[in-house]
Amino acid sequence: MSTILECHDLTKKFGSKVAVSAINLKLERGQIIGLLGPNGSGKSTIMKLANELLTPTSGSILIGGMKPGIETKKIVSYLPEKTYLNDWMRVHQIIELFSDFYADFKPEKAYDMLKSLNINPDDKLKTMSKGTKEKVQLILVMSREAELYLLDEPIGGVDPAARDYILQTILHNYNENATVIISTHLISDIENILDFVVFINQGQVVLTSSVDDIRDEKGKSVDVLFREVFKC
Amino acid sequence: MPWELKSDRPIYTQLIEQIELLIFSGVYPLGSKLPSVRDMAQEAAVNPNTMQRALVKLEEDGLIITHRTSGRSITEDARMVEIAKTKLAQKQISEFLEKMQLMGFEQTEILTIIDNMVKEMKK
Repeated sequence: MSTILECHDLTKKFGSKVAVSAINLKLERGQIIGLLGPNGSGKSTIMKLANELLTPTSGSILIGGMKPGIETKKIVSYLPEKTYLNDWMRVHQIIELFSDFYADFKPEKAYDMLKSLNINPDDKLKTMSKGTKEKVQLILVMSREAELYLLDEPIGGVDPAARDYILQTILHNYNENATVIISTHLISDIENILDFVVFINQGQVVLTSSVDDIRDEKGKSVDVLFREVFKC
Repeated sequence: MPWELKSDRPIYTQLIEQIELLIFSGVYPLGSKLPSVRDMAQEAAVNPNTMQRALVKLEEDGLIITHRTSGRSITEDARMVEIAKTKLAQKQISEFLEKMQLMGFEQTEILTIIDNMVKEMKK
């Protein structure tokens, strides 16, 4: 297995506030990885650093051995925490936009998924509910054949039935060489599809382990362990 | 078919147990072809790597055979299945006996209770 994402003493400060503090991390390809931590622990900051939306204060982050930039964006499919799509656009127009932007985008995949979720490609984003908008975004992200998917809170705003479909979609669309990193605090919902988890708290990695090792060694679920580690 | 996964034990061991049950109960008949890892993983809503791990273990135990070109199938050897089945039964019964001992029952008492219950069921 080769490394898809690595951090060396990665640090990000906002003024005097330290969001990410000297993180060292190596994640291997071909896994579904949970980036788990309470609110404000630095999950989204790490995702943004990986996408060059932020630059490190010190240290480095590498995607497939490269610094985040044009080349890494070709292989990374990113679902940000906030929508960035224009809401006057219709879904099929956004699909055309994505086809132009990304060589690895598969429109037929997107249309398939829209159909399964009963979303009309002629609808404008503006007329959609918050949950439906989130579904559209995730569909766009998962319709790329990327090497690394970075999903920042992909299931937060959708109903449990759609949540199941979304998890199925993630399982179905990622191939053996691709890696999926999901940040969330809704652990029990995604625990069964994860290979590996990274717990972060106050900008630091507090635990990295495979899910089955946690269950083997501690006899408890990741969800229960999380509640213990992050007990308020 | 429902895949019930508990949260306090490794997922792959639970997958192994459930697939064994599917074989013992004949849902997957001897010699039949198994769905692909990906399809099975999706049906159970688990990671394909985890499903793969479970299938490799079942292969080691001789219940599943991997063909180089055409995926996996259930063994045609009924004896292998009988052995695995007996093993599972022994495991369940020893767990049961341990619990009964904790409750303070003697062996003969346990046998009497079982005997009576079996008779009840026959009626």
